[in-house]
Amino acid sequence: MVKTFGSFILFMQSMLTRKERVRVLWQRTLDEAILIGVDSIFIVAIVSAFIGAVTCVQIAYNLTNPLIPKSTIGFMVREMTILELAPTITSIVLAGKVGSSIAGGLGTMRITEQVDALEVMGINSASYLVLPKVVAAILMFPLLVIMAMGLSIFGGYLAGTLSGAMSAQEYIEGIRTDFIPYNIAFALIKSVVFAFLVSAISAYKGYFTKGGALEVGAASTGAVTNSIIAILIADYVLAAVLL
Amino acid sequence: MIEVHNVQKSFNGNQVLKGITCTFATGKCNLVLGGSGTGKSVLLQCIVGLMQPDIGSITFDGTIFTNNKVQIRQEIRRKIGMLFQGGALFDSMTVYENTEFPLKMLTPEMSKEERRDRVEFCLKRVGLENAGNKMPSEISGGMKKRVGIARAIAPNCTYLFCDEPNSGLDPATSIKIDELIHEITHEYQITTVVITHDMNSVVEIGDHIIFLHKGLKLWDGNKDEILNAQVPELREFIFSSSLVRAAKRVEETSGGGLEALANEPLSEV
Repeated sequence: MVKTFGSFILFMQSMLTRKERVRVLWQRTLDEAILIGVDSIFIVAIVSAFIGAVTCVQIAYNLTNPLIPKSTIGFMVREMTILELAPTITSIVLAGKVGSSIAGGLGTMRITEQVDALEVMGINSASYLVLPKVVAAILMFPLLVIMAMGLSIFGGYLAGTLSGAMSAQEYIEGIRTDFIPYNIAFALIKSVVFAFLVSAISAYKGYFTKGGALEVGAASTGAVTNSIIAILIADYVLAAVLL
Repeated sequence: MIEVHNVQKSFNGNQVLKGITCTFATGKCNLVLGGSGTGKSVLLQCIVGLMQPDIGSITFDGTIFTNNKVQIRQEIRRKIGMLFQGGALFDSMTVYENTEFPLKMLTPEMSKEERRDRVEFCLKRVGLENAGNKMPSEISGGMKKRVGIARAIAPNCTYLFCDEPNSGLDPATSIKIDELIHEITHEYQITTVVITHDMNSVVEIGDHIIFLHKGLKLWDGNKDEILNAQVPELREFIFSSSLVRAAKRVEETSGGGLEALANEPLSEV
């Protein structure tokens, strides 16, 4: 465990030393941003909209006391979405999609000697291959989380109003009640941390793949599992420290 | 010239290289010959810096590579071209982009037009001038090797390393790849090191050959001397080759024996 952590730190260090030219890295970062961000919009949109809808319906189902105003449903959807569901669930979904893709891609490059080819050319493969992925993830995760927040709240609105659980006015009143802007900042901080964890852990698992096709599959699985565990631990730590 | 001095390498207590000392001359095809598991690929990886030897040193034209400053190692590495066993072409790039890649990365001062001219020249040199737009998944094994060679020579490499360039290829394509490596070596006067266990390559391109067995260098010489070598392990290796066994049969049926064959330069066989 300690050895692996040490190896991970050295890997991160190697990514930052002997960097390639900024222009090359920026171009690579844009390419990765498309793969990580743009290509994930659909899955994030679907997941967040339905989670918002389900959250709204289930809160409405449990909130039977006539003394509690219906707008509380909107308030709770907003709080849950911004504080937890949007950043954490989105990151877990991205750990599955992006994490496995990063680990699988790098693992395949490793076993087919493409990483060695870069090294022999005198190119720092960690800097060339991994740094753009990490930077792109850090740039794109917060944007996806912002989108997820909006869609989740909108999903709750549709579910709440279409099911007749509350009126549109009540829902909007709820989502505007006692709004704390810091919660948005907190969610974005979480998304940046999760982005780093998912991309770095997945890259580490893929970069050091040894063997053949089976090991690439194992690296992808390991990347997703470890990323999700890291997200959950970081989620708790950030909540304890920042809230 | 590449000088390898007393290179030793172990993995988990198993000594794979037991003090290899040899010299690879400029303008020659230097073959590292040996059976599977004799440490050929480990030696190559130590030379190109993908692996650190436990003991020993490697020098490129007088500059020490092993354990030297990162910048000096980088400078040497930028003069190295390598043909990998599987080609190691970048999957996401076309043949043209693969060939252009080292130029883009290593020679930023080159203009787009200069790069294009160089890539077109290299692809033409390896006979792939019409395959530039193809993806690596769309070309054959032999073509992949040729793209690998084009990529290796594109930035005017001083040292060319080939890891089993004939593996997975049919004999006719193998000979073409061997000829290409030989021509390029002599044409550009580069130092070429070829890792192989293929006796056909010995016949085709073996200007200088070293024979490894169980991590030791047992013999070095050229293709015309190899049949006269009095090293039992080398003789066993050579005469287990189908090519030589067939030649031996021919010689025997035509009246000559093994010794008669051995006295002939292999290139004549």
